[in-house]
Amino acid sequence: MPEFDTDSQLVQDYKYGFYTDIETDTLPKGLNEEVIAMISAKKEEPTWMLEWRLKAFRRWQKMKDPKWAFLDFPEIDYQDIHYYSAPKQAVESAELDPELQKTFERLGIPLNERDALSGVAMDVVFDSVSVGTTHQEMLEEQGIIFCSISEAIQNHPELVRQYLGTVVPPGDNFYAALNSAVFTDGSFCYIPKGVKCPVELSTYFRINAADTGQFERTLIVCDDNATCSYLEGCTAPQRDTNQLHAAVVEIVALENADVKYSTVQNWYAGDEEGKGGIYNFVTKRGHCRGRNSKISWTQVEVGAAITWKYPSCVLEGDNSVGEFYSVAFTNNHMQADTGTKMIHVGKNTSSTIVSKGISAGKSANNYRGLVQVMDGAKHARNHSACDSLLIGRECSANTFPYIECEEDSAALAHEATTSNISEDQLFYLQSRGISEEDAASMVVKGFCKDVFKQLPLEFSVEAVKLLEIKLEGSIG
Amino acid sequence: MAHLEIKNLHARTGDIEILKGVNLEISQGEVHALMGPNGSGKSTLSSVIMGHPDYEVTEGDILLDGESLLEMDPEERAIAGLFLCFQYPVAIPGVSISNFLKKAVDARHPEGKAPSGPFLKEMRENMAYLDMDPKFANRGLNEGFSGGEKKRMEILQMMMFKPTMAIMDETDSGLDIDALQVVSKGVNKLRGPDLGLLVITHYERILTYIQPDHLHILMEGRVVMSGGPELVKQLEENGYDWVREQASLPA
Repeated sequence: MPEFDTDSQLVQDYKYGFYTDIETDTLPKGLNEEVIAMISAKKEEPTWMLEWRLKAFRRWQKMKDPKWAFLDFPEIDYQDIHYYSAPKQAVESAELDPELQKTFERLGIPLNERDALSGVAMDVVFDSVSVGTTHQEMLEEQGIIFCSISEAIQNHPELVRQYLGTVVPPGDNFYAALNSAVFTDGSFCYIPKGVKCPVELSTYFRINAADTGQFERTLIVCDDNATCSYLEGCTAPQRDTNQLHAAVVEIVALENADVKYSTVQNWYAGDEEGKGGIYNFVTKRGHCRGRNSKISWTQVEVGAAITWKYPSCVLEGDNSVGEFYSVAFTNNHMQADTGTKMIHVGKNTSSTIVSKGISAGKSANNYRGLVQVMDGAKHARNHSACDSLLIGRECSANTFPYIECEEDSAALAHEATTSNISEDQLFYLQSRGISEEDAASMVVKGFCKDVFKQLPLEFSVEAVKLLEIKLEGSIG
Repeated sequence: MAHLEIKNLHARTGDIEILKGVNLEISQGEVHALMGPNGSGKSTLSSVIMGHPDYEVTEGDILLDGESLLEMDPEERAIAGLFLCFQYPVAIPGVSISNFLKKAVDARHPEGKAPSGPFLKEMRENMAYLDMDPKFANRGLNEGFSGGEKKRMEILQMMMFKPTMAIMDETDSGLDIDALQVVSKGVNKLRGPDLGLLVITHYERILTYIQPDHLHILMEGRVVMSGGPELVKQLEENGYDWVREQASLPA
């Protein structure tokens, strides 16, 4: 085998690593009931919301952070983090700060309606607040609510109260409890009965301020016979210190509802020595509550120093369908422990898992998944395929598939492969006139094809380009 | 006119010397066949000509139009006009045939990008000529292909890339008679003043479909006998022991 060397080009190529110098309203570091009350007050929340946060906080204080994942990082000092930071102007006036406008132009995210992608409505979250949502009026005509969660708490409290925390309860796990106590913004989508959302709904998350945690909370509710497709993207400045992103995403799918949730995660991943980068500790779960409902997760994870994330589906409605398609790329000292949980409760429920892990450099890339078939989930079906591709010799890949089945009529299939980018594949393509780097990129893209084809078309093109940039310098 | 010259070529993999001074010359427009018993170094020779990193050339040279290939990467050799029809083509899952062919054709195009219209037309015509289903173009390269499908795919590439010098490494092995006929049909279409061809084979069978102008016999890492088409029949009748005797090699 030729030696592959991974160099720093990857880091230099992180073109989202800049910082916007902007006047902010930031709470002092530290976490206590007073800080939570201040966050709630800044958001002008009703009392029930503050109570909910405090209850979660008291739960969290009794919890310990999970150690079972295959991750190695120093203890996080939760008192050394700012829990709220917002650009001043975004909060005080309706006009968007020109600096912010410039920032998002640089990121390629159009904030005004005129430049917005015609097929995509976008909510943009900068540190702790949403700074704008496009296409609001057009969506409102159809009865679709798409706004920041802070707005939803004020304007649609009955819907938020009905669904918030019903898929991921505040005490679900350490990071979810923390998020429930201090979440600052995120998106809220409600698709009413019978409405097929005509555009992609999208949220762009940007971490800007230093030493600040981003605690995003997103809630998507698709009512009977409704459908929607949602996409999130994320970037952050390049810094030497680690920053925490602990998000919670909840999806509720009622009868015949169909929700597609796609993620392109490109948080700053740290430098080639493993210094800095985002800790991406995320709880994402969908609940197929109604009959014939469907929730499909697609994730392309190419950033973050550490990823701890298991987008899951609880398949309660009979005939409901859960899907998980994932590409996770790690390089340098990145660590990923990611996968899914498919919990089969209803009859004739089915789930599909397609996971593609690519590790380069000295990185560690783990798939961890659970397929659980409860007693009574007659004729549940699952198909899992978990493939790992190694680039070079210093990286690692592991697959931890857990299966718990209490139902004799279930049909479960699991396949897993681990392979190196083979020298024979590279030689074959090179002998056809294709350069070694293009050949390797071709092999990797082919490896990920089953996942990329699940993404909405224009994002699929973006994801392929993003992966190409990430691969540059990791092969050759 | 393209000219391939192999001069006193010695090559090894690990500590084992496999080629021990091969001499061979092929000009554009000629068809040469190379035969030899198992382990004589036939496949090694094709890998070394294409630049497989597993082999190290210790002595001698390979020249294409007078330029040494030894310092060139496989992709540079391909763009210089060389093509290898693999005995065992590997699968590249998820990479469609049409995408792959386009990328490889683009790599040869002076502007780095071949126009899509004419490319697609040519691909479809060539596929039809090789009795390949047009839907095949969307399949992953060699992914789940039968032996015959893989070899047709190799010939399709040769038709698309238009090399000046091609090596066919035991293309006939594992082919049934129908597949062999289709493959030979493709090769014979390309045969002519623009192509120099080296057909490496274990069996005389393919040489009744693709008739060589010259035959060489490789034994113990050297070309020990060369001749015209009449040598095919002599070899068939007398076997390799006769060659050994003639070349005064130990049995």
